[in-house]
Amino acid sequence: MELSRRRFLQISSATVTGLAAVTSLSSITKGAKKIEEKTGKPAKGIQKIPTYCDLCFWKCSAVAYLKDGELWKIEGHTNDPLSNGRLCPRGTGGVGAHYDKDRLKTPLIRKSERGEEKWVSVTWTEALDYIADKMEKIKIEYGPESMALFSHGVGGTFLKHMIKAFGSPNETAPSFAQCRGPRETGFELTFGDIVGSPERTDIENTKCMVLIGSHLGENMHNTQVQEFAKANKKGATFIVVDPRFSTAASKAKYYLPIKPGTDIALLLAWMNVIVNENLYDKDYVEKYGFGFEQFAYEIKDYTPEWAYPRTGIDPKVIRETAYEMAKHKPATIVHPGRRTTWYGDDSQRSRAIALLNALLGSWGRKGGFFMPTKLSIPSYPYPEYPKPERGRVDNPDERFPFAKGELLANGIREATITGNPYPVKGWIIYATNLLQAIPNQEETIKAIQNLDLMVVVDVVPSEIAGWADVVLPESVYLERYDELNISPFKEGFVSIRQPVVDEPSHQKPNWWIAKELGKRLGLKKYFPWNDIEDYLDTRLKSVGLSLERLKKEGVVKAPKQPIYFEDGVQPNFWTPSGKIEFYSLQLKEKGFDPVPKFTEPESPPPGYFRLLMGRAPVHTFAKTQSNPILKDMMEENSVWINNDIAMRYGLKSGDYIKLKNTDGVVSNKVKVKATERIRPDSVYMVHGFGQRSKMLKSTYLKGASDAQLTTKYKLDPLMGGTAMNVNFVTFEREA
Amino acid sequence: MHEITTTRNNHLIDPSLEIWGWEIPVYLFLGGMVAGMMIITGYFLFKQRQTEETCSCRYVPWVSLVLLSLGMFALFLDLEHKLFTWRLYTTFQVTSPMSWGAWILIIVYPAILVTILITPPKWLVEKFPVVKKYSEWLNERKIWIKNIGVANMILGAMLGMYTGILLSSLGARPLWNTSILWLLFLVSGLSGAAAFVHMVAKNVYERELLAKADNGFLTFELFVIALMIIGLLTSTQVHQEAAMLILTGPYAATFWVFVVGIGIIIPLIIQLMAVNHKVNHTPWAPIMVIVGGLILRFVIVEAGQVSSWF
Amino acid sequence: MARYGMAIDTKLCVGCMDCVVACKTENNVPEGYNRDWITEEAFGKFPNINLEIRSERCNHCENAPCVSSCPTGASHYHDIGGVVLVEYNECIGCKACIASCPYDARFIHPDGYADKCTFCIHRVEEGKDPACVSVCPTNCMIFGDLDDPNSEISKQLNSRKHHSLKPVAGTNPKIFYLT
Ligand SMILES: Nc1nc2c(c(=O)[nH]1)N[C@H]1C(S)=C(S)[C@@H](COP(=O)(O)OP(=O)(O)OC[C@H]3O[C@@H](n4cnc5c(=O)[nH]c(N)nc54)[C@H](O)[C@@H]3O)O[C@H]1N2
Ligand SMILES: Nc1nc2c(c(=O)[nH]1)N[C@H]1C(S)=C(S)[C@@H](COP(=O)(O)OP(=O)(O)OC[C@H]3O[C@@H](n4cnc5c(=O)[nH]c(N)nc54)[C@H](O)[C@@H]3O)O[C@H]1N2
Ligand code: SF4
Ligand code: SF4
Ligand code: SF4
Ligand code: SF4
Ligand code: SF4
Ligand SMILES: [Mo]
Repeated sequence: MELSRRRFLQISSATVTGLAAVTSLSSITKGAKKIEEKTGKPAKGIQKIPTYCDLCFWKCSAVAYLKDGELWKIEGHTNDPLSNGRLCPRGTGGVGAHYDKDRLKTPLIRKSERGEEKWVSVTWTEALDYIADKMEKIKIEYGPESMALFSHGVGGTFLKHMIKAFGSPNETAPSFAQCRGPRETGFELTFGDIVGSPERTDIENTKCMVLIGSHLGENMHNTQVQEFAKANKKGATFIVVDPRFSTAASKAKYYLPIKPGTDIALLLAWMNVIVNENLYDKDYVEKYGFGFEQFAYEIKDYTPEWAYPRTGIDPKVIRETAYEMAKHKPATIVHPGRRTTWYGDDSQRSRAIALLNALLGSWGRKGGFFMPTKLSIPSYPYPEYPKPERGRVDNPDERFPFAKGELLANGIREATITGNPYPVKGWIIYATNLLQAIPNQEETIKAIQNLDLMVVVDVVPSEIAGWADVVLPESVYLERYDELNISPFKEGFVSIRQPVVDEPSHQKPNWWIAKELGKRLGLKKYFPWNDIEDYLDTRLKSVGLSLERLKKEGVVKAPKQPIYFEDGVQPNFWTPSGKIEFYSLQLKEKGFDPVPKFTEPESPPPGYFRLLMGRAPVHTFAKTQSNPILKDMMEENSVWINNDIAMRYGLKSGDYIKLKNTDGVVSNKVKVKATERIRPDSVYMVHGFGQRSKMLKSTYLKGASDAQLTTKYKLDPLMGGTAMNVNFVTFEREA
Repeated sequence: MHEITTTRNNHLIDPSLEIWGWEIPVYLFLGGMVAGMMIITGYFLFKQRQTEETCSCRYVPWVSLVLLSLGMFALFLDLEHKLFTWRLYTTFQVTSPMSWGAWILIIVYPAILVTILITPPKWLVEKFPVVKKYSEWLNERKIWIKNIGVANMILGAMLGMYTGILLSSLGARPLWNTSILWLLFLVSGLSGAAAFVHMVAKNVYERELLAKADNGFLTFELFVIALMIIGLLTSTQVHQEAAMLILTGPYAATFWVFVVGIGIIIPLIIQLMAVNHKVNHTPWAPIMVIVGGLILRFVIVEAGQVSSWF
Repeated sequence: MARYGMAIDTKLCVGCMDCVVACKTENNVPEGYNRDWITEEAFGKFPNINLEIRSERCNHCENAPCVSSCPTGASHYHDIGGVVLVEYNECIGCKACIASCPYDARFIHPDGYADKCTFCIHRVEEGKDPACVSVCPTNCMIFGDLDDPNSEISKQLNSRKHHSLKPVAGTNPKIFYLT
C-alpha cells in the first residue's frame, strides 16, 4: 500500500493564475488597527478582516469584525466553500478565545515537581535557550530521533518543520490513532484511499444517509451539518444507528437503538440482504470490484435473523433499511464516521462500512462520496531534511502491520515508557491536551516522568501544561498568521489566517517560536524566510497569487473541477489489485479476516454501565471550556442515564453523582440527566470537561472527565488505534 | 414520558422567577396597612369623631404617613434603574397597575396631609402658624371634613385593591392570576389596620369597635382565602398546581401555620373571647394579625414567582 | 405596515445554539444572560421518541402583557413591524414586565434596565436578517413580514403545519414553529 503516492495522486489539482503583484513586506501588519496611526486615538467604526477559524480543524473561513478598535464578532466568509458564510457555534464564539481571562501571558519554567503547577515567569530568550540547550543534550546523548512532537492542527506547521529539520521522524497528533485512524485504514484497505478531512461525503446531494454513531448536529463540523439540513429539507431519508437517541436520530426516519459494539453484525446483515436479494450496484461492482465472489460467500450466513440477537435490531427493520439504502443507490451514504476508536474492531468495522458503500456504488458518485479537488500550491522551497538514522518509534517490529499513515500517539507514549525500540527523551506538545486525548492518564504521566525535556505550547494553562518543564504561551488564532489552508474539498480554494488583533501580552505565534528555536539549534538554513509574511508571499507567488490579495479577499477559489466518476473523474483505486477490494488478500496475508467478521463485545459487569462519549455543539474537545462565551453556553457536562435505571438508583435530573469505573477510578461530581434518550445498558457524557488544572480556574473540576475514566483501551490489531468505548462505570452518591 | 430541557439560565429568571425579594412584599404589606388605616380614619371622620380628644383619627394619619413613606422607600429600593424613577411621573399608562399605583400614591399623600390638617398637633401649629389658619378654615366646614373622610375611605380602598391587582394583573403567574386577590389584600389590610388601631387606641369605644370589626375582617378573610383556593382548584391545571404550592407544597407550612393559624384563627379566637369578656384584651392578638398579614404578602409574592405556565 | 415575525423549522433545527452565541456577540449580551435559548421537548419511551428542538426568544407578542404592564411606557411596540422593544432610558427596572411575560423572555440587564430580544432591529433596519437567523448553520429560521403574502415566512406558514408557544396565554405570539 503506497500511502505517500495516493496522497498526491488522488487529488486532482488546479492552479490559479493571476497577476503577481510585487510587494515588499517589512514588519508584520495586523489586519486591523486598534489605534489610529495618525491620531493615536482608538480607531473608529467597523473594520472587517478575513481569516480562518481555529476552534476546530475544519478550518472554515471567516470575517472578523472590530468595532471602534475592539474585537467584536466573527462571521462566516461568504465565498468559503466550507462555511458558506455561516460558522458553527464554536466558530461564532471564537472571539472569546482572545478574551479568555485565564490565558498564559509569559513563558514559564517549572520550579518544583512535575505536575505541581509551580512556575517562574521567564523571558522568551531564557525559555528558548533552555529548550535548545536540552534538545542539544538529548541529540548528543540519544540522537535527534529521541525528540518527539505532538502537534494537533494547522498551527503546528512550523514546529513540525523544525522537528524534521532537527532530524526526528517522530511527529504525531491524537487525531489519528485516537480518532480517524481506523476509518482511514478500513477505507484505504478497501478503496485504496482515505476518507480524509474534511470528509468527502456528498451529503447535500444524498437521498439516503446512514449515520452509524456519527452524531451530526452535536458533532458540529460545519459543512456536514449544513448539508445534513439541506438534504433533510430535500426529503432525504436518514437512518441513525446509535445506542443513544442523538439529535440526528430525531431527524431520522429509522432509529436503530443498537447494542453498543455490535455494528459489524448489523453491517454484515445489511450486506447479506443487499447481496442475497441482488440489490447491489452490479455494474459498479463488476467494473471496479475485486474478490466479490469470495466476499459474497463469506457473508452468506449473516442474515438479519442472525444479527437480531447480537444487535437487538428487529430483522424486519434491518431489511427495510437495507431496501431503503438500495432504493436510493448510488446516492446513498453510509457515513464513515470520524472518531472511530470505539471497540478495538474499528478498522474492520470501518472496512465493513466501506464495503457496504461499495455495494451501493456510492464511492465516487454524486450523493455518495465525491472525489475531492484541491488548489495545489507548491510547498516552500526548503533544503532537504536530514534523513533520520532510526525510523519511527511508535510501531516497533511493525506490530500493527497497517499502521502506515500518521504515527500513533499512543505508540510514542509506549516507547517513552519502555525505551523500546529506542529511548524517547524529549516531548514538545503543541495544541494538544494529551491527558484528555490519549486514554489512560496514568500511562501518559508515567511516560512524562521518563523525559528529560517536556515543552508545552498552549494558549491557556491546560492540564497537560501542568506537567511541562517549559510552557510557552501562544497567540490565539485571531492574533497570528498561520500556514495557508488548502483543504481538498468540492472545490479547490486557498484561504488565509491573519492577525486581527494584537496579543494582549507576551504571547508569540508558532512560526516565530519555531524560527527562534531553529536559530538556536543551528537550523538556520531551514528558516530562510524573514518572517511569515515573506514565507506566505513566496508560496502564494509561486502560483501567481499574493499575500496582499489573500489578506484582502481571505479566500481564493480555483476553477471548478469534476468531482464524480459520472462527470469524468478517472476512478483510481490504490489497492494492490487496483480495484475495490471486497476480499482483502493483504489482510489475509497478515493473518486478519479478509472480510470483516463479528466478535461479541464484552458485556458490562452487573451494576455497571458502558461509558459512551461524544460532542456538544458548543465545545471542542477540552479546548473551549474556558472561552468565556462558550463557557456561558455550557459550563459543565452531565451524565445521561436511562430513566428506568435512574429511578432504580433513586437518581433524578440535576442530582450530582460521581462515576466509578471498574479500575476504581472515581470521577469528579457530575450532574445527572435522567432521560429516555439512551439505552439502559449505557451512560453518556460529553468529552472535554472535568479538567483538573488549577490554574485554569474557569474550568477547574467543572463536570466530569470521560478521559479520566477511560483507563482501559483496546488496541486495534490492524493499525494500533486506541478504542475507548470499553470502560464501564457505576454510580457513587455525592456526599 | 415528557422531558423538557432548556439552555436558558438567566440570573433571577431561572429555574424560577426571583425578581422580587423582601422589598415588594413589604411594600404591599405597608400599602395594605395604610389602606386599612385610611379607611378606618375616614370612617371616624365621616362619623365626625375628630372632635373627640382621643380619637385615633388624630394620630393614625401620622402612622400612615410613616408607613407609606417606608413602603415607597421599599419600592424604590426594589427598582433596578433608580436614576430613572422620575419616569414614573412623566406618563400615565392606563393598562399598567404599576402606573395606577404610582399615581394613587401621589394622591394619597395629600389626602393624608389634609387629614392631618384637620386636627394638627400643637408643635406643628407653633412652628407653622399658617397651619392653624387652614385648620380652622376646615373645621368651620363640617361637610368638608365628612368629604375628606369619604375621600380617605375611597382612596384607602383603591390603595388596598391596587396592592392585590398589581399582582393579579400579571397573568403569567397563575397563583396571582385570580380575580379575588384584590379582595384578599384589601381585607387583609383592613384586618391588620384594625388590629393595629385596636392595639394602640386610647379610646375605649374605638378599641372595642375595632376588635369587633377586626373579628369580622378576619372571618371574611378566611372566607376569601377559601374562595381563592377553590377558584384556583377549579381552574386550569396550571392554576391547580399553583394552588398546591401553598396547600401542600413548599409554601404550605408557612401558609397554614403563620398566615392561617397564627395570622387569623388564633387571634380571632382570642379576640372573640375578649369581646365577650371571657379574657382580657392582649396586644398579642393584634400583633399576630399584623405579622400574619406581612407573611401573607411574602408567601403570595414568593410562591407566585415559582408558579408558572407549564 | 410590516408585521415582523419569525418561523423556525423544528425539522431542521439541531439545537446547536449558534443562534444563542451569535446573539451574544452581536448584541453584547452580558455573561450569565441570554436573549435566546434552546428548548428540547421529548415525548415517548426509549426507543420510540419524538424530539422537538426549538430556538426560543421573545415572541414579540401582538397583545403583549409586558407592554401593558409597563408603568413608564418603556416597553412599547416599535413603529416598524410591531417589534416589542424596551426604551432603556425610560425603564425604571420595576420588573412588572418580567413578571407578566408568560415566556420568561426578559431579564434585568446588569446595568439595571429590562432587556430582551430586539429582533435585531438595528440590523433589520439595514435590510439584514437578525444575527441569529443569519448565522444558523441549518438555515432553519425565517424572519420576515407576516403581512406580506409573498414573503418567505408567509409562504411557509401557509403551506406547513406550525404552532406557537403557550397560545392559551393569549398574547398572540409572532414566533412560529414549523413541524
Ligand atoms: N461540536 C463539536 N463537533 C465536533 C468536535 C468537537 O469537539 N465539538 N470534534 C470533531 C472531531 S475531531 C471528531 S473526530 C468528531 C467526532 O464525532 P463523531 O465521529 O460523530 O462521533 P463519535 O465520537 O464517533 O460518536 C459519538 C456517537 O456515537 C454513539 N455511539 C457510541 N457507541 C456506539 C456504538 O457502539 N454503535 C453506534 N452505532 N454508535 C455508538 C454515541 O452515542 C454518540 O452519539 O466530531 C467532530 N465535530
Ligand atoms: N476520552 C476521549 N479521548 C479522546 C476523544 C474523546 O471523545 N474522548 N476524542 C479524540 C479525538 S476525536 C480527537 S481529534 C482528539 C483531540 O485531542 P486534542 O487535539 O488534544 O484536543 P484538546 O483536548 O482539545 O486539546 C487541545 C489543546 O490545545 C490548546 N490550544 C487551543 N488553541 C490553541 C492555540 O491556538 N495554540 C496552541 N498552542 N494551543 C492551543 C488547548 O488549550 C488544549 O490544551 O482527542 C481524542 N481523544
Ligand atoms: S466547524 Fe466550527 S469550529 Fe470548526 S472551523 Fe468551522 S466554524 Fe470553526
Ligand atoms: S442556530 Fe439554527 S440549528 Fe442551531 S439551534 Fe439555533 S435555530 Fe437551531
Ligand atoms: S414574549 Fe414576553 S417579552 Fe416578548 S412581547 Fe411577549 S410578553 Fe413581551
Ligand atoms: S422594568 Fe422597565 S420595561 Fe419593565 S415594566 Fe418596569 S419600567 Fe417597564
Ligand atoms: S433577533 Fe437578534 S436579539 Fe433577538 S434573539 Fe435573534 S440575535 Fe438575539
Ligand atoms: Mo477527532
